[in-house]
Amino acid sequence: MSFVPVILWSDALVLMLLAAVIFCAWYIRQHEHLLLPWRRVAQNSTAMVSLLVFLLFLVVGLLDTLHYRAALPEKNGGETVYTPEVLSVFDKLATQLRTQTEKTYSAPLAITLYAKESITDMQGRVLRDYPRLRYGGAHLTDIQQRDADVLWRIFLGVVVGLIGGVIIAFACKRWLSERNLPLRPLLIAMLSISALIGILVSLSAAYHVLGTDKVGQDVLYLSLKSIRTGLIIGTVTTLVTLPLALLLGITAGYLRGWVDDVIQYVYTVLSSIPSVLLIAAAVLMMQVTIDTHPQWFDNSASRADLRLVFLCLILGVTSWTGLCRLLRGETLKLREMEYIQAAQAFGVSSLRILLRHIMPNVMHIVLISLVMDFSGLVLAEAVLSYVGVGVDPSMISFGTMINGARLEMGRDPMVWWALAAAFGFMLVLVLAANLFADAVRDAFDPRLSRSDVAS
Amino acid sequence: MIAYLIRRILYALPILVGVNLLTFSLFFVVNTPNDMARMQLGIKRVTPDAIEKWKQQRGYDKPLFLNSAANGADKITDTIFWQKSASMFALDFGYSDDGRSISREIATRMGPSLAIALPTFLIGLVTYITFALLMTLFRASALDMAGVALCVLLMSVSGLFYIIGGQFVVSKLWHLVPISGYGSGVNSFKFVILPIVIGVIGNVGSSSRWYRTIFLEEIGKDYVRTARAKGLSEVSVLFRHVLKNAMIPILTGVVVVIPLLFMGSLLTESFFGIPGLGSYTIDAINAQDFSVVRAMVFLGSLLYIMGLILTDISYTLVDPRVRLS
Repeated sequence: MSFVPVILWSDALVLMLLAAVIFCAWYIRQHEHLLLPWRRVAQNSTAMVSLLVFLLFLVVGLLDTLHYRAALPEKNGGETVYTPEVLSVFDKLATQLRTQTEKTYSAPLAITLYAKESITDMQGRVLRDYPRLRYGGAHLTDIQQRDADVLWRIFLGVVVGLIGGVIIAFACKRWLSERNLPLRPLLIAMLSISALIGILVSLSAAYHVLGTDKVGQDVLYLSLKSIRTGLIIGTVTTLVTLPLALLLGITAGYLRGWVDDVIQYVYTVLSSIPSVLLIAAAVLMMQVTIDTHPQWFDNSASRADLRLVFLCLILGVTSWTGLCRLLRGETLKLREMEYIQAAQAFGVSSLRILLRHIMPNVMHIVLISLVMDFSGLVLAEAVLSYVGVGVDPSMISFGTMINGARLEMGRDPMVWWALAAAFGFMLVLVLAANLFADAVRDAFDPRLSRSDVAS
Repeated sequence: MIAYLIRRILYALPILVGVNLLTFSLFFVVNTPNDMARMQLGIKRVTPDAIEKWKQQRGYDKPLFLNSAANGADKITDTIFWQKSASMFALDFGYSDDGRSISREIATRMGPSLAIALPTFLIGLVTYITFALLMTLFRASALDMAGVALCVLLMSVSGLFYIIGGQFVVSKLWHLVPISGYGSGVNSFKFVILPIVIGVIGNVGSSSRWYRTIFLEEIGKDYVRTARAKGLSEVSVLFRHVLKNAMIPILTGVVVVIPLLFMGSLLTESFFGIPGLGSYTIDAINAQDFSVVRAMVFLGSLLYIMGLILTDISYTLVDPRVRLS
């Protein structure tokens, strides 16, 4: 084989989560009453456009989650040898972005470095000038040609992107119209996204579209790689919060008595510590454990990856209390309902009542809180990385990008592109998630739909 | 009322004990003092003597819970738990790694933290409530939609962006105020104004939207219809009736954070170089000064629990139906 798949811990968790989501989607499709609120979401054009944008990010993140090690060309006595470097499918697709590194900073679409250097020209004279980039605009002989070339590439990108978008739109048209989705907003969004992708692809073939960072890495590549980290923080954390909050919340609410007291005590203790401090304390301790046990990790990539998983674990342990409190309150209300009393009268066991009768009826709260928490977690990652208790410094994330670029604000001329790229990508991701979450909440929260009628 | 307060404070004690035990086990049981010493002194070249010396300097060379070598009460008091963790109940936080008294640092750094956090809190509260009331006034109109859209946009922007962007535009481009630093007296005004404005703007999105939801819930109630039927103008219905009745949910979210204002904000203080508790915490985290972090965790939860008690008291002030007993 020319490659061997590598499944890191975070990959495994993401794939698990994906399987769970697919299973839930399949289950919901079987049941008309579960499908109903989702139909309402599907008719909301803002939600559908946000979902489209979010899915785009998700695809990049998932491509970046399929890791492998490529085979080296030379064979070691018939046995295939694999590179120690773990790459992802996304890395393979973006090989050009990943490998074409410059010497140091260069502005977006620049063809020269950002600072003047001493250059020795062909006659042996030493000049102070902006040196040309190794890759960015290397095909141009004259600096003056750049603007025309950029415009031409943008034009090409738009045309090819639009053609691609129209083809995709026609392919999906039947499927979309059968489901009564908002066609026009989706079409506009799809066309503008495909035109944007076309521009990015055609420009990045010859330029660094968003410039390069201190060690000359392409900022567009870094931003796209950060998506995976953000998505993992936002989603894998729910793997911890969900079981804890659901299990403890509904048992506390249903059983009451000393079980309730104990669970309430646990979550009051946890929630009384300001979350940043609790996370900082836990992450500091995790760092000590990681540093004193170097034998656990075979390379730095797996250490960074495990640190990410631990960060999700810690975020999950510190953030389940809010959902748990909501679920406990709702269960307290539900347990007094007639259908629960009927079940009790029939002699249904507590466990069965919890699983069959209470749990399905609190799921809307769980869902709303999960989608609402996602964007907060993505934003928290950047802050935590700035505080120094976030992901591993070697891991590409929005937080580490901002952290690295922050000190360059003082330079003159200013290096703004890395910051702008990180903030921009984060804004789009979080905005899409927020808008989608709002639509989900509107569709699922029975309280909201009532108050809408009233006002 | 007094009896209720005493009972509340007694209820708070087990929670503080829980916090104390949690931090203790996090800092001393998950990783032994040996691990921490090795981490601080460097992983590779470290001798057992150096570890012992490090532990002795910080008083970490004692047993964790029970000192069987000592006599009488010393069996319990001459342990790490008693001296490092239980002592926090007496607000004795010990010494940081550079040998300074943490309690004294906290006392001197509270002032600057408060100088930023308190105005941010007050101005913010007024701004968000006014904005939310305005959105409620124009509810279901294009203005309201635009306001909500603005809120969603503002809350989707990273908090770091407001700080970095604000510092860049106001301090670096316009040269209106210094980028960072702190002074005393009137002089401090030019240092605190930007952090306060940025702190207020940074929360406009989420807070205003939250208040708007509260007001919209109130506005569907019967007394609002009665007030309108009496012929009151919409403005006075909103500001005099709805605002008053929305006080309970507002206070629930707001009063809790008042004591926590002392802790300052981690991000703002470290970006603006304000010598408050927030930057103290960040410095401690970066220097891996575990005693300071432990002290801050305990102080934070103490203040939070005080906030909860204050919230209960505040209910009696705004709602005569609530009686604490």
